[in-house]
Amino acid sequence: MVATPAPQIAPVAAAPVPSKKSESRGLGFYYSSFQALKNINMPIYEKKVTALIGPSGCGKSTYLRCFNRMHDLYPGNRYEGNIMLYPDHTNILNPDVDPIEVRMRISMVFQKPNPFPKSIYENVAYGLRVRGERKRALLDEKVEEALRGAALWEEVKNRLNDLAFNLSGGQQQRLCIARALATDPEMLLFDEPTSALDPIATASIEQLLAELKEKVTILIVTHNMQQAARVSDYTAYMYLGEMIEFDATDTIFMKPKHKQTEDYITGRFG
Amino acid sequence: MSDAAKVREIRALIAAHKRWDLVFAIVGLLALMVGVLTFVALFGQMVIEGAPRLSWDFFTQFPSRKPDQAGILSAWVGSTLVMIVTAATAVPLGVGAGVYLEEYAPRNWMTDLIEINVTNLAGVPSIVYGLLALGLFVYQFGLGQSILTAGLTLGLLILPVVIVATREAIRAIPAAIREGAYALGASKWQTTSDHILPYSMAGILTGVIIGMARAIGETAPVITIGALTFIAFLPAAPFTGDPPAGPFEWILSPFTVMPIQMFNWTSRPEAAFQHNAAAAGLVLVVMTLSMNAFAIYIRYRLRKNIKW
Repeated sequence: MVATPAPQIAPVAAAPVPSKKSESRGLGFYYSSFQALKNINMPIYEKKVTALIGPSGCGKSTYLRCFNRMHDLYPGNRYEGNIMLYPDHTNILNPDVDPIEVRMRISMVFQKPNPFPKSIYENVAYGLRVRGERKRALLDEKVEEALRGAALWEEVKNRLNDLAFNLSGGQQQRLCIARALATDPEMLLFDEPTSALDPIATASIEQLLAELKEKVTILIVTHNMQQAARVSDYTAYMYLGEMIEFDATDTIFMKPKHKQTEDYITGRFG
Repeated sequence: MSDAAKVREIRALIAAHKRWDLVFAIVGLLALMVGVLTFVALFGQMVIEGAPRLSWDFFTQFPSRKPDQAGILSAWVGSTLVMIVTAATAVPLGVGAGVYLEEYAPRNWMTDLIEINVTNLAGVPSIVYGLLALGLFVYQFGLGQSILTAGLTLGLLILPVVIVATREAIRAIPAAIREGAYALGASKWQTTSDHILPYSMAGILTGVIIGMARAIGETAPVITIGALTFIAFLPAAPFTGDPPAGPFEWILSPFTVMPIQMFNWTSRPEAAFQHNAAAAGLVLVVMTLSMNAFAIYIRYRLRKNIKW
């Protein structure tokens, strides 16, 4: 049997253009009758950091939370359009696709650190336990790997059984990153991950993002434009539920195409 | 107006406001004292009257026509066994219903209707539960005037308390924790059993014990279903007697409970029985208070590791 290529696959692009990990097509979202997202079309490139910026209430967090179907937890929410996940061409918004499957592939780090009231070890191991992993040796190995990946191992290796609440805010957020990393997700979502942290903890998380993108595709919401400029490869500017402009971060910050984007970035608006 | 005059005016105003603070503090303290002093007086009266009767024999003897030989053995054993059945009924049903309503139930008019009725159930007079139990458990199901019937009745009676406590405890868990679990790919049941139930356990147990403390003092429904007022034997302990009793034979045994024993004694003309009633009341109050103390201890222990 000859495999026919799926029609969606674009011809292999020239080297500088990275491959797409995901693509939103005509994405809309409704909280009951309120339309929070309107016709969003944009790619997410593999192993790059894509930042979502825009004023409060522009829908950037709402958009981010579509990627792991968090909106499914609350009644009255409705999606329209597609978010394709590559390379398998799964539309993660398809009602036939189980949200649990989506969440097992795409992890999320929240705005405020939200460790479980359990030990450091159990926090990191939880994603693996959910997947039915029982082997202690494998859990130990994965927990260490994830904590190293989140640059937390050296600080906690001697007190893995301590309560996660005893860590500082920045450590808690890195613990949440480790928890999200432990299951080898294809994509990591960050919802303003440093807004509850002090500048030093923020710097350490930003440095971590740069290391993480070697292995995983990252989508980050930030209200801090300098942060977007520092950490991201691509940036999307959103306003009132619409995606106004998407481009390489340098382009967005140096010569944006839209007046609106320029006004926001230069601080004349927002 | 000069600054000095302004300062005087502000000070006069503050003094006037503070007088009202004082007035309310006094009124509030008086209101509190009415309740506390009433309890202290009643409890003190009971201690003075009943304490001399408290002895080892009082706990190990059956009721008797001779007041100085009468004891509460059948009553406290009956109360304890009924409470075990009550807990075994109310905890799984109440916690299950509470978790379902909070975590699983779809948000629609049916759920709203059920929620309103659960709240209303808490306000149904306990005698009505007694009548229901008499018709349903005693006659319809043929369970007899037994420990099982009493336990099921009191279990139903405190069910709303357990459901409401469970829901309150679950609602106290921040949405961020729940989302954190779901975001890792946990299913509803994994989230419930690994997070929701453990983190709400302190609140649930507190509710259960407060419900039990209420149930142990209930008299009306237990009289309605036909608890005995005079009983001079204990339910058969498992695997004893000839032929040996089954492991659950005690559950269908006739019984009495502490408040009924008290009621029985207070209705006697002899003064000596009034002392017995006071002593039994003292034991009942201590049982209730120690259950509440246990609830507080559990809450402290379980909440020690949880900060939000």
